Amino acid sequence: MNAKRYLRLLGVQLKASGLLALQYRADFLAEGLTSLAWTFTALAPLFVVFNARPSIEGWTFQESLLVVGWFTLLQGVLEGAISPSLTGMVEHIRKGTLDFVLLKPADAQFLVSTQRFLPWRAVNVLSGVGLFVYAFVSLGRWPSLPGVFASLVLLGTSMLILYSMWILVVSAAFFVVKVDNLTYLFTSIFDAARWPSSVFRGSLAWVFTFIIPLALMTTFPALALLGRLPWTWLVGAVVGSVAFAAMARWVWLMSIRHYTSASS
Amino acid sequence: MSLRTALKALPTMLRIGFSEAVAYRAEMIIWVLATTMPLIMLALWSAVARGGPVGRFGQAEFTGYFLAAFCVRQMTSSWVAWLVSYEVKQGTLAMRLLRPISPLLAYATEVLAGIPLRVAIVLPVLGISLWVAGAERAVPTSLGGWGLFALGIVGAWLITFYLNVLLGTLSLFLESSQKLMEVYMVLFFVCSGYMFPVEFFPPGVRTVMEWLPFRYQMGLPVELMTGAHATKEAWELLAAQWTWVLGLGVVSMAVWRRGLARFAAFGG
Repeated sequence: MNAKRYLRLLGVQLKASGLLALQYRADFLAEGLTSLAWTFTALAPLFVVFNARPSIEGWTFQESLLVVGWFTLLQGVLEGAISPSLTGMVEHIRKGTLDFVLLKPADAQFLVSTQRFLPWRAVNVLSGVGLFVYAFVSLGRWPSLPGVFASLVLLGTSMLILYSMWILVVSAAFFVVKVDNLTYLFTSIFDAARWPSSVFRGSLAWVFTFIIPLALMTTFPALALLGRLPWTWLVGAVVGSVAFAAMARWVWLMSIRHYTSASS
Repeated sequence: MSLRTALKALPTMLRIGFSEAVAYRAEMIIWVLATTMPLIMLALWSAVARGGPVGRFGQAEFTGYFLAAFCVRQMTSSWVAWLVSYEVKQGTLAMRLLRPISPLLAYATEVLAGIPLRVAIVLPVLGISLWVAGAERAVPTSLGGWGLFALGIVGAWLITFYLNVLLGTLSLFLESSQKLMEVYMVLFFVCSGYMFPVEFFPPGVRTVMEWLPFRYQMGLPVELMTGAHATKEAWELLAAQWTWVLGLGVVSMAVWRRGLARFAAFGG
């Protein structure tokens, strides 16, 4: 009953964003071009690096392309589905209109995180898939069925983690009002997910695996596609991401409680 | 606006700018943390260098290079493009235009006033670089080298500032220059030496890079800081850089004037 109501709500919000996107069809071209440009940025150092070496830390060029592919795909998800509505949330806090959201008879976190989507960003997902196809064609083989299945599970967990990290960033907006920079900070940290996580050593490796689980978001799915991901890691990823999401939810509820409305 | 008014107002404007920078120091820290790309690139290239040096770059050279890149980015960063396009959209540019000081000068002092705070962040990084990479790979070792580096970093600051003015002003011609700024960022990241030294480009591409302004925003000051060039070569590159400074200065001022003629804020 309740789930049905939320699904319907989600449908309404999606439809509204879809209609809005259809108004600006020229954006499709612009999205496509910028997505290609960003993919190129992600690839440029890769070309340069692998020009110097055939393989880095056990990753060949084609295998690293898979990581970049996952990065591009997730970037599309992030910029198309997660960040627009949460940027709107920051606006709410600054203008004091969050009060209206909190008064509505639905969960506030659900409402703020579904208020806006940018469907054209799906172009990024397409370029990600394009990279997978290219990488596997040049590897001369295809991923196994369990591998594809595992990577899809991991796609789910990475999206959950990305979303939770965003919730954490936005919760910070209650304390630091100028948060447009925080979103920028987040994107630049996410940048590190472009490269196979084995590149990072020492404390950086520890941070990127446990504190900001970047390894889990792009390197694990790439390993799964290659059929090199141990099952225990997959289970760990699922458990870890659920725990992470629960933590984010708890922080969100705390921040809402801390929030004093604009008028008080 | 006469030059005298501007000069008289300058110290006050810098003081205000500095106070603002201190007031919003948390924001500044976030910006600094957001420019950690050189550190990530350092990790990547260190992994590459573990298997042996790349060109003239071993582990220590990469450390010196990317920490220098971090410092140069801190000293030369400019957000004027976003500021101008935001103020155009909001119409608040009208208020700036009412003041007897050119808005461009106001933007410039706002950026400059943040530098003391940024130096405070740069110094420890420089210290680490000196300690890990060694003095000759982290900073210029002679007085002349410091002079060249100073010229290079001022030139880099000016190119970045003018490019920002140009991009921001374009929002007066196009409804929004946001997408253009994204493209600029992409070009800057790839072509400037921010993600990898420019000399890693294949020779043909490298010639193109020498002609583009981006290399002079980042690569050149970093190379001068890490002592990559002999004096003669350094002077040649600096000449190219300052040609860009002059050219961009003239073009961006002209575009700014023409853009202002088009600017019409409601109620402004």
